[in-house]
Amino acid sequence: MSTPISLTPYPTLRNEREYPFCPGCGHGSVLDSLNEALVRLELAPHEVVIVSDIGCSGLSDQYFTTSAFHGLHGRSITYATGIKLSRPELNVIVIMGDGGTGIGGAHLLAAARRNIGITVLVLNNFNFGMTGGQHSTTTPVGFVTPTTPGGNLENPLDICATVGVNGAAYAYRGTNFDADIADRMAEGIATAGFALLDVWDLCTAYFVPNNKFSRRKIDQTMEALGLDSGVLYRRERPEFAAEYRRQAADHHAGLQVEVVAPAPAARLERRFHFVVAGSAGGRVRSAARLVAAAAMRAGWWSAQRDDYPITVKTGPSVSEVIVSAEEINYSGIDQPDVLVIVSEDGLGKSAAFLENMTSDGTVCLAAGLPLPETAAQLYTIDPAASDPPIARASRALAMVGHAVARTGVVPFDIFEDVAGQGAFGAKNLDLVAAGVALAET
Amino acid sequence: MTATTTAQRVFTDGATAIVRGALAAGCDFFAGYPITPASSILMMMLQNLPTRGGIGIQGEDEISSIGMCIGAAMAGSRVMTATSGPGISLYSENIGLAVMGEVPLVIVDVQRLGPSTGAATTTAQGDVQFVRWGTGGGYPVIALAPSTVAECYTLTMRAFDLAERFRCPVFLLVDKELALTMRTVDAAGFVDAPVRPRPIVDPAAADPPAEYLYEPAGGVVPMQLYGGKHPVRFTGSTHDEQAFITKNPAVVGALNEHLIHKISDHVAEIAMTRADPEDGARTLLLSYGVTAGSMRDAVAAAREAGVKVAALTVQSLWPVPETAIREAGAGVERVVVAELNPGLYAREIERVLADIEVVGVARTDGRLIPPAELIELIV
Repeated sequence: MSTPISLTPYPTLRNEREYPFCPGCGHGSVLDSLNEALVRLELAPHEVVIVSDIGCSGLSDQYFTTSAFHGLHGRSITYATGIKLSRPELNVIVIMGDGGTGIGGAHLLAAARRNIGITVLVLNNFNFGMTGGQHSTTTPVGFVTPTTPGGNLENPLDICATVGVNGAAYAYRGTNFDADIADRMAEGIATAGFALLDVWDLCTAYFVPNNKFSRRKIDQTMEALGLDSGVLYRRERPEFAAEYRRQAADHHAGLQVEVVAPAPAARLERRFHFVVAGSAGGRVRSAARLVAAAAMRAGWWSAQRDDYPITVKTGPSVSEVIVSAEEINYSGIDQPDVLVIVSEDGLGKSAAFLENMTSDGTVCLAAGLPLPETAAQLYTIDPAASDPPIARASRALAMVGHAVARTGVVPFDIFEDVAGQGAFGAKNLDLVAAGVALAET
Repeated sequence: MTATTTAQRVFTDGATAIVRGALAAGCDFFAGYPITPASSILMMMLQNLPTRGGIGIQGEDEISSIGMCIGAAMAGSRVMTATSGPGISLYSENIGLAVMGEVPLVIVDVQRLGPSTGAATTTAQGDVQFVRWGTGGGYPVIALAPSTVAECYTLTMRAFDLAERFRCPVFLLVDKELALTMRTVDAAGFVDAPVRPRPIVDPAAADPPAEYLYEPAGGVVPMQLYGGKHPVRFTGSTHDEQAFITKNPAVVGALNEHLIHKISDHVAEIAMTRADPEDGARTLLLSYGVTAGSMRDAVAAAREAGVKVAALTVQSLWPVPETAIREAGAGVERVVVAELNPGLYAREIERVLADIEVVGVARTDGRLIPPAELIELIV
């Protein structure tokens, strides 16, 4: 049998540094296998980024000639995802411990679901070897660590199943003693989508002495937990970074910023405050927006400040519009000139406004609401009495139309012109007309 | 020359201006997690980046969002993320990583009222000290605070320039009011800030220099990016110039002094303020962000009433632009510092203008400061 001549341009991607791992620790042999896999794939150092987590496994990147990223505990997958998204041609390999699967569990899950094309090697030795041997997500029930002195009570995480049932392209479980481990690593790295290898090994500093653990016991534990070894999941699915770029090619969303060339401004004596207080889902903001837009069309400056709860379709919604002959710096309204109260929700948010308003102000109140105390001129209209009755979600616009016509805060013809634009223009104009026609009750 | 467009006005908000500024600055990677009142930036970035060849992604949480940004930045992307106070809490550890690894990263903080969940749709300026001290170690970052919608655009571009120039996280501090209140804005106000090309080592270089350089401390060190013809190392641990972990005190000291000096030696270059002095003024009004709008109205009203007053808008909050603050405070008897928090930046002014009476207007109820409150404090 002749020795084949190696044509591999990089006979090794290990550098000259010696591993720092404890005698008998499995990590060194896993890294040797990784090196073998990289050589077999004929990858150059600059084509590979090893992203290491924290803990003993987190030291790993320093023993390779490849690119390296050593970040925070549990977050290695997030950096790897960013690198892969930015530079899809790179081979991005995460090396993390079992500890990282706990603190970074959300990232493990998300990476599998996205099927982002990175490879994750979990150097799984059932405990936190760097910090004193504390229990981790993979410590089997009953095993002793300094933080589980009576034996671990938590069910160990099935890492492969977690990623495997949630969209990973490739998942493998084995030990660092497996003869084919380098082949499997090469297979994972060559997989276009998300690949994970859960590699069990021995922590001779803590887990071995604490539990009389051994190579034989690794196999026995896997069997006792009912966990299979080998390639457990293999799935054809579009890889995220490639799919994102493919989808982006037919994506069209341009940032629209409406430019208004203002008409010569009519005279505006002073800053004017117009407030609409109604209910979320009642199109308060869009009704107020027409006032602001009309003001701009008239050549003035406007600002619209919306106050609403974090719920979208319930609770109060208040829009404050400022109309000014000058640029608006302070966008608060303490004292409205016009206050349109559309609903009980709106009335509930109007107490301070009503208190601050003077006899110069106007309050337009929907009929049926309790009459509030205010120095302002108060009048009531009843959108429900219109024929046909104005629907709840349309009352804000009808009442705003009424208030604009009555107070002249913005020229009514311009307001109508603005309201009549767009897909809902005709319907808006009907509502405005219905609102204007409402008689004081 | 075509007709001037200065008469054109747009009705827009700070969030849109930030997104436009980011795109104008060449931002091509954004990751974020939904949070009120920063979500509209997330949505606009994710809707607009793909059409421009960029990447926009919603992370599974805030931690992954900033993590993806840091990874992408090291692979050559120009990155930004946006969140609000609770999200900054979750960014904290990775902010330290970006400081340590010298990663250009723009972080938009749309402040809302806290503490804790607070009020998501209520404005505040409570993260002013938090962004400066929000990660372990106390090493410096840069924070800019636009005070108008137009400045949201310009200062976002400036944030990218500074992030690339100094290889560090740059915060853009805005708030719900500035980000989401729609306003008429003069289109001519959207002024581009120059964004200098990122200093990088030639990706094709066969024999690149070390990843980092600590001597002279504070120097600009060109970035090396993944994806070139040579491997690149990065670490968040204390490291030598080749990015290998070390605890050697001489090396670690040089590293950390470099991180300090690269900001502290360039305060004048970073400083941005808008001074509005008046001869004979005995009071200086000082503010930043949305509250500077209240201040401008107060100044205009006071002067119209014949009252002399000077004003200073601080646009670069960190590092503190001490020279400009001292110049603005020269000759006045009183400085009124207006802000929507328990008086967080006033303490910097007390430190810089130690001999002058500092009066804080510190509002914590979610409402803006009416100009009249500031006028009352003018002497």
